[in-house]
Amino acid sequence: MAEALLRLERLEKSYGALRVTDAVTLDVRPGEIHALIGPNGAGKTTLIGEIAGQVRPDAGRILFAGEDVTRLPVHARARRGLARSFQITNVLPDFTALENVALAAQARAGSSFRFFRPAARDEALNGRAAEALAGVGLAARGGIRADALSHGERRALELAIALVQEPKLLLLDEPMAGTGREESTALTRMLQRLRGSRAILLVEHDMEAVFALADRISVLVYGRVVATGSPAEIRADPVVREAYLGEGE
Amino acid sequence: MPPETQSGMSLTLAAVQTLNGLQLGVLLFLVAAGLTLVFGVMDFINLAHGVQYMMGAYFAVAGYALTSNFLAALAFAVLGSLALGLLLERLVFRRLYRRSHLDQVLGTFGIIIFLNELARTVWGATPRTLPVPEALSGSILLMDGLLYPVYRLAILAAGLVVAALLYVLVRWSRAGMLVRAGASNPRMLSALGIDVDRLFAGVVGFGAMLAGFAGLMAAPILSVGSSMGDDLLVLAFVVIVIGGIGSIRGAFVGALAVGLVDTLGRSFATDIFKLFLAPAAANEAGPALASMLIYILMAGVLFFAPSGLFGAKTA
Amino acid sequence: MTARAAEDRPPEAPALPAPAGTRARALGRLLVPVLLFAAFAALPAAADALGQTFLVSFATRVMILALAAMSLDLILGYGGLVSFGHAAFLGIGAYAVGIAAEEGLTEGLAVFPLAIAAAALFALATGAVSLRTRGVYFIMITLAFGQMAFFTAISLSAYGGDDGLTIWGRTEFLGGTPLEDDRAFYFVVLGCLAACYLLARAIVASRFGRVLQAARQSPGRVAALGLDPFAYQLAAYAIAGGFAGLAGALLANHTEFVSPAYMSWHRSGELIVMVILGGMGSFHGAILGAIVYLGLEEALSHLTEHWRLLFGPFLVLVVLHARGGLLSLLPVRPRDG
Repeated sequence: MAEALLRLERLEKSYGALRVTDAVTLDVRPGEIHALIGPNGAGKTTLIGEIAGQVRPDAGRILFAGEDVTRLPVHARARRGLARSFQITNVLPDFTALENVALAAQARAGSSFRFFRPAARDEALNGRAAEALAGVGLAARGGIRADALSHGERRALELAIALVQEPKLLLLDEPMAGTGREESTALTRMLQRLRGSRAILLVEHDMEAVFALADRISVLVYGRVVATGSPAEIRADPVVREAYLGEGE
Repeated sequence: MPPETQSGMSLTLAAVQTLNGLQLGVLLFLVAAGLTLVFGVMDFINLAHGVQYMMGAYFAVAGYALTSNFLAALAFAVLGSLALGLLLERLVFRRLYRRSHLDQVLGTFGIIIFLNELARTVWGATPRTLPVPEALSGSILLMDGLLYPVYRLAILAAGLVVAALLYVLVRWSRAGMLVRAGASNPRMLSALGIDVDRLFAGVVGFGAMLAGFAGLMAAPILSVGSSMGDDLLVLAFVVIVIGGIGSIRGAFVGALAVGLVDTLGRSFATDIFKLFLAPAAANEAGPALASMLIYILMAGVLFFAPSGLFGAKTA
Repeated sequence: MTARAAEDRPPEAPALPAPAGTRARALGRLLVPVLLFAAFAALPAAADALGQTFLVSFATRVMILALAAMSLDLILGYGGLVSFGHAAFLGIGAYAVGIAAEEGLTEGLAVFPLAIAAAALFALATGAVSLRTRGVYFIMITLAFGQMAFFTAISLSAYGGDDGLTIWGRTEFLGGTPLEDDRAFYFVVLGCLAACYLLARAIVASRFGRVLQAARQSPGRVAALGLDPFAYQLAAYAIAGGFAGLAGALLANHTEFVSPAYMSWHRSGELIVMVILGGMGSFHGAILGAIVYLGLEEALSHLTEHWRLLFGPFLVLVVLHARGGLLSLLPVRPRDG
């Protein structure tokens, strides 16, 4: 597929003798929700790290919107339209929810080397931030410090931050991790609404959410992609059933 | 040592300065070794390590004043430093291990302020001296035209012996194994059911003892003053940055490098500048550059290896 | 592996109070500085009335070091960077004035920008190396660079070396000597402090300031937004260096003398102590911290020559028991949890 937005070509990464990314080739097309599933220790978080730029692969290439970004640092990739949420919530604890999102809006809006005008009174930033907060159900919580929000609220805040960056590709690293039943249903509905507007690479353990959301699913086992296909194909794949779905799900 | 020829003199001078540099290096190593272990195992930045060196020298002076015996002075320095280290660990350090680096810096800075002033109050503002022990006085002829004080060679030898012992201890003893494990993964220690409090106190006490020993060794060739630990502390930091936190081998290599570069730089930078600068300009630029050399070395190492040459952890 | 691979380390400095807090806090942020600057403005007249004219000189020194402490707070409190080489910037600013005067340059419109630029440039160069690292490495490296400046000053035999350099007359402005009058100099220093205070507050409230504060809390998050934390921290480091350079230029004019001792690492430690005493992350806190520190020094040294025997343990106790600085001991707690 020539029009892939993100393309991983034979990516390799080892920690000592342990091969955590093993010849991974994978693509994400514009507008699709591509889920990445696999048992614990399959190397999903490392792979997300390689895509986002925290982890440098030993070999292989990462192409984003046709450009080789394999050697670019995190911030340069983010600027090209790659946003992520973190598996372990990574919001700014001393900032309010609104300030967290406003900072993302500011990063999107261009240079942050502006030294004099108070950012707190920048209505353009605040407006966009408030809108994004409303979109994830946090409209009433903008003035609360992030460290005083509940776990589920912080997960939603992560999503609002990523969305306000208006990325071409959204990397979601277990957005449902640690959330309750109701919250994950709400998050699923939120992601449902995003369908088609932007590409999403979703790493998730919640199979109900994955099969409800994904256009395509790739299965990672011991650092290797063992299958890629539509939810129906994945469900029917004997290799996947044996390697993954059979175990414990 | 009256020189016969120009080249003979500079060769002799180079040899003398190399020995002086190595000797500064081993003193630095004795101070840096304890510091780097404390950093590595406890992630604790102890600014008060320099005053341990200073107090070691004063303990030696006090011990000698009482007994007129160098070996007794040595016992005073080593045991006094050990006791002081354990006391500080008990009273202050222990409460700082889990705190931010900033709190650690401030708390240990408070200890420096106190101990520096205490030394001034007890022993006065004028520097003290410790005589060179009888058995190690005098000089020996190392090569033609090169007479070198025996005591300085003894420092070098003692430093190397301690370095070797330390290496063996860290490499092969049970305590050493724990220290190494702790330096690369501190959380593992408590998971293994180790009495972490005792291990930490032991590492701090041991490091204090080494620093005190270095203070004693330095006392006969430097004057003993209350600020002698301050400059040495920063040099020890440079050593650790170069060698890498938690690494004894790194501390050794870094200490010798810093000792040599600093000593040789100070004695030759001006001459080297005179090769291509006017003498007046060289006399200004030489010392200025010489005093920056080790920091430039540090910046260079950092550029290529941000966690030091033998660093167990990333910065 | 570069140090920036370890971006998700917990921030060095403990968390600050919320930028937008309760009404009491908002009031404090307005009232405390207003009272503080009013007190400074009224001090010379009060000193006259009380017949305590030495107070003017003492307060001048307090304001100059308060300016230096404030500049440190920009990177320490807001940026979370435990820089232990700040006295070098102060000393470079002072030496710029001293060396310029020695070379016959005494025009303030040239000397002051020179002092600020020299300190900012030194900060930029050493910051570019230091900021590649984090944690204890950063502390040790900034300390080492500070010591480098100290020893370099000692080696400058043409400019006094170890003994320091006497300045024969304060900096001139357009041929006049407005600073020669101690009272006028006092108000110039006060003006500098007030202007820098407002500027520093504007900077931390700006877009730039937000990124700087975010980088303290989570460099990894900032990078994920497409902003390079290094660039913002380095810029802040250079700005703080410039402010401290101005303080150094004022200090040289105040004492009419510069010495390597201005750059000793103990002086860097003292500046950190001032920031901590006042409570990090508040510029008027840094000013209060300077007042408290120098006031304590003054008061204790009247008590005994060996006042440090008291101050050392006091500092240890503050660290162990008053984590938010002395302001946190006041009845009005700024935190709203």
